[in-house]
Amino acid sequence: MSESRTTGESRTTSESRTTSEYGRRQPPVLLLDKVVKEYDGDPPLRILHDIDLTVARGELVAVVGPSGSGKSTLLSLIGTLDRPTSGRIQLEGHDLTALSDRQIAALRARSIGFVFQQFFLLPGLTTLENVATGLLYTGETVGRRHERAVRALREVGLAHRLGHRPDQLSGGEKQRVAIARALVGRPGLLLADEPTGALDTASGRGVVELLLQLNAQGTTVVVITHDRDLAASFPRRIGLQDGRVEFDTGNETPAPEPEPVSGPGPGHSAWRRPAQEGTA
Amino acid sequence: MTGHLPRPARLRPADLLRIGLIGPRTRRLRSALSALGIALGIAAVVAITGISASSQAHLLDRLDRLGSNLITVSPGEGYDGTKVPLPREAVTMLGNIAPVEQVSATADTGANIYRTDLVPSNQTNSLRVLSARLDLLRTLRGQLAAGRWLDRGTERLPVVVLGAAAADRLGVTRPGTKVWLAGEDLPGAWYGVIGVLEPNELVPEIDDSVLVGTPQAVRALDGARTPSTVYLRTHPERVREVQEVAAATANPAQSSTVAVSRPSDLLKARTETNTALTGLVLSLAGVALLVGGVGIANTMVVGVMERRGEVGLRRALGARRGQITLQFLIEAVLLGLFGGLAGAAMGVVVVYGYAAVQDWPAAVPLAWVVAGPAVAVLVGTAAGLYPALRAARMSPTGALRSA
Ligand SMILES: Nc1ncnc2c1ncn2[C@@H]1O[C@H](COP(=O)(O)OP(=O)(O)O)[C@@H](O)[C@H]1O
Ligand SMILES: [Mg+2]
Repeated sequence: MSESRTTGESRTTSESRTTSEYGRRQPPVLLLDKVVKEYDGDPPLRILHDIDLTVARGELVAVVGPSGSGKSTLLSLIGTLDRPTSGRIQLEGHDLTALSDRQIAALRARSIGFVFQQFFLLPGLTTLENVATGLLYTGETVGRRHERAVRALREVGLAHRLGHRPDQLSGGEKQRVAIARALVGRPGLLLADEPTGALDTASGRGVVELLLQLNAQGTTVVVITHDRDLAASFPRRIGLQDGRVEFDTGNETPAPEPEPVSGPGPGHSAWRRPAQEGTA
Repeated sequence: MTGHLPRPARLRPADLLRIGLIGPRTRRLRSALSALGIALGIAAVVAITGISASSQAHLLDRLDRLGSNLITVSPGEGYDGTKVPLPREAVTMLGNIAPVEQVSATADTGANIYRTDLVPSNQTNSLRVLSARLDLLRTLRGQLAAGRWLDRGTERLPVVVLGAAAADRLGVTRPGTKVWLAGEDLPGAWYGVIGVLEPNELVPEIDDSVLVGTPQAVRALDGARTPSTVYLRTHPERVREVQEVAAATANPAQSSTVAVSRPSDLLKARTETNTALTGLVLSLAGVALLVGGVGIANTMVVGVMERRGEVGLRRALGARRGQITLQFLIEAVLLGLFGGLAGAAMGVVVVYGYAAVQDWPAAVPLAWVVAGPAVAVLVGTAAGLYPALRAARMSPTGALRSA
């Protein structure tokens, strides 16, 4: 544990230097620096203790740990749904503490995709509308939202379910719709909180394969799971215990430029590429 | 690239409408019930004001048909408080005023009317038996509901024509029925009903009367030789003029004891806005809107609690607090609007239905039909504000966790 923390810290310092000097070339997608999360109480309830973490572009990370260890809390902080009590989080090179709620919401709309255990599909909407909702807060027109939603649904293999309502879908299909909704905006970072938790083994495997596939296309993926078997198939695993990083297998292979398709130029990161592909 | 922050985006009006409709669309029954309060309130207001306006329109319509150029001259009270009868020649004198185009009169008799000879003599139904000149019907522009009016032959026979209310109270609907006329100093006798009049709003006293020909009244019913009421039709533009000289013309010696009136003035006063009704309607509307607003607020609070997960999800998708507020606020406004529109429509249907049944012209209160939904929107806004702010205040993580 102490070893991984040391590597984490050394990476952090080197990264912050990198960010300031060559930041435009290769910033980490995510950087946590001594992040603490407490909930009000007397004494305050400390859920996360001094978390340091760096995730490079294109990584595939599993966060494991027992129930109550703070995995979801960590994911909320990374996903900008909540702010840390202290410490610094940098997303895409933006220091979140320096951003207003309004700016953070815009960043969240564009740069982060969420997948939850409970799917959170809106019951009154069709599959297509549910997926298109993933773009609602980005300012795109409804026509464009639907167009991209169709494409996203095709990617998750649900092109034949556009008009179905959530209650007409199986659990696995629901989660694939939710994944389509998360990826429809081509976020650089996909966060999944126990995405297979409500699914049987077979559908769960399908969902995991989908996430792996997305990662292979360049999306940085962070998945929470308490299923260690599932986590074992991930290149990097971070173990949480009582709000501390218990182990971090590290990104020994620090994800070299995932640019299978020729990028639009050195100034552009892989992060943006799929979206621009859509506009071109 | 990293230096670039995405620009915060606004929701388009069409998108706001779309997401505002999600709640009502997925919870139809509940939404309909919550809008029902406002709908009923506005329906009641539109219906009541519309029915009242239709009734006024009907009266004005009738007034148009009955003419506003009718003047009545009748005995007033003297200095000692007793009635001073009009002179016998009053009818002729009044008829000689230049702008008077028609004149007619009724006179008292000593008789009362009974359904049969078995009815005790003190049960008079407060109906008056009057003698009528043959030109009375034409002067009043009266209409017969059934039967015939008096003529040269029947004015000398024991026959009667009943006013509308008199026929009603006696239970007589068709000519041919026999009624019993008797008085204190008169032997009773059977009279045949030959006609029934339509109601006449200008001269309600005729509605309550039983009319007998003058010769028959004088001969058999102790008919007075002085008129009880003289009816004048004047040139339409010279009514005031005639009104001014009528008293002195009818009784030059005691003009102050003569009562002159223009019945259309009374009728017009009845058509003027009834402030008591307006107050009632407004307080009714207030209560209904309050109840309706509470209904919407209640539905919204429950809906927001049930939809915590949706709120959390939308925040995760990049919705700002303000956009969450707006979504639920619009939902409440739409509920109010639906309620208001449905209520206005129901009210209009009621007005048309009621007017059709009464055979009145339907007068739809346009101001209320427009104001109703507008006010409903305000009520919806007020009702939705608290639930909407509550939804926006939820922390995204809390909302996602508890859903
Ligand atoms: N709003 C809150 N107030 C107080 N405690 C909380 C709150 N949210 C989460 N916790 C606590 O934080 C701890 C970590 O929760 P969580 O991150 O959900 O764990 P995990 O996802 O690993 O199961 C738990 O003990 C939980 O009870
Ligand atoms: Mg959890």
